[in-house]
Amino acid sequence: MPELLAPIAGNVWKVLIAVGDKVELDDELIILEALKMETPIYCDDGGTVSEVRVKEGDSVNEGDVLVIID
Amino acid sequence: MLDILKDLIYSSGAVSLTGGNLVMWLVSFVLLYLAIKKQYEPLLLLPIAFGILIVNLPLTFLMEPEHGLVWFFYHYGIELDIIPPLIFLGLGAMIDFGPLIANPKTLLLGAGAQAGLYVTFFAAVLFGFDLQEAASIAIIGGADGPTTIFLTSKLAPHLLGATAVSAYAYMALVPIIQPPMMKLLTTEHERKIVMGKLRPVSKLQRVCFPIVTAMAIMLMVPTAAPLISMLMLGNLFKESGVVERLSKAASNELMNIVTIFLGLSVGATMTAGTFLSPKVLFIFFLGLFAFIVSTGAGLIMAKIMNLFLKNKINPLIGAAGVSAVPMAARCVHKVGSEANRRNYLLMHAMGPNVAGVIGTVVAAAILLKNLG
Repeated sequence: MPELLAPIAGNVWKVLIAVGDKVELDDELIILEALKMETPIYCDDGGTVSEVRVKEGDSVNEGDVLVIID
Repeated sequence: MLDILKDLIYSSGAVSLTGGNLVMWLVSFVLLYLAIKKQYEPLLLLPIAFGILIVNLPLTFLMEPEHGLVWFFYHYGIELDIIPPLIFLGLGAMIDFGPLIANPKTLLLGAGAQAGLYVTFFAAVLFGFDLQEAASIAIIGGADGPTTIFLTSKLAPHLLGATAVSAYAYMALVPIIQPPMMKLLTTEHERKIVMGKLRPVSKLQRVCFPIVTAMAIMLMVPTAAPLISMLMLGNLFKESGVVERLSKAASNELMNIVTIFLGLSVGATMTAGTFLSPKVLFIFFLGLFAFIVSTGAGLIMAKIMNLFLKNKINPLIGAAGVSAVPMAARCVHKVGSEANRRNYLLMHAMGPNVAGVIGTVVAAAILLKNLG
């Protein structure tokens, strides 16, 4: 079960997917906001989103799990 | 009746207007436009631009020594060097030195970028500026507003408006000025280098950092004391975690209040008489040169470090050695992610970026010690 980790600390700006969505390599899944800059987080592997661990406005640390993809 | 009317006309400012005043209005309007419409550093450019406008309305005597309102702001705030250290207190309470503590070798990048200052210093001397003026111009390359104001007000106060405005303007223009230099000096392959996770930094290290750094720097370069002591005190407020109220006051209320007086006073130094000279135009040119050379020096320093490092660093982070926090780090992050979309350099670039602040202060202190 591949997990998508936050590569940097920041706030969750936008969640672009929901549970059940089919995603592909390089899709934008989440946009984080750090230092007033939007940083898109891309999908590492194709699959189906089984769990979204964050919601918009959450603050995350580097290494936190954002999304789980089956 | 006619006499009264005549008197009114002659005592009005309009009669005393000079062509120079009109040009300064134009400068003010351009800066207002950039601040309001383009949002280039509006917190500073807006009061600066308004300051320019009001001192170029004749007979208001706002900058009249011992008399004018804005002169008092300028005298107590800037001439007596009170505001720049207070801004540093607020900056200290906002800056996270964690990335620098996690990867201390990035301190070298913050120092490397300062090489640009010295190149510019000699260039300015070659162009006929005296040593004090040259130092004030060179410090623009450090891309640190308060430090630039601190140094210029001590060495060459007549250039204050020009050096301050160009420092803030170039900070706002980081995303335009830096990327071409970054692409010129690095290869596609180097820009793609992904850097691993930063090691976690303990609370003890965070608390000790401002204390140890303040002691070390002030023992080495005592002239850096006003800026470094306030910067590190602010940071200690933040990292100690026990004085959240002071930390917030320093980084929000106090910072905002002194920013108003800083911007207005800096703008008010720019009367037509002092500002409209070929020398000043040259400052903008040399300031840009300083900024570009500093960016290049940081990049080259990073490439030199890579010759010795097993875990290569992405040389782009060297460009963040100029202290425009966090604009330079953002810019590094963007250029890095253009080369490799899974490259998240932001935090790695914050290390040299905050080191750059310290580096610029030290460079300014050394210049001040030798030329002041």
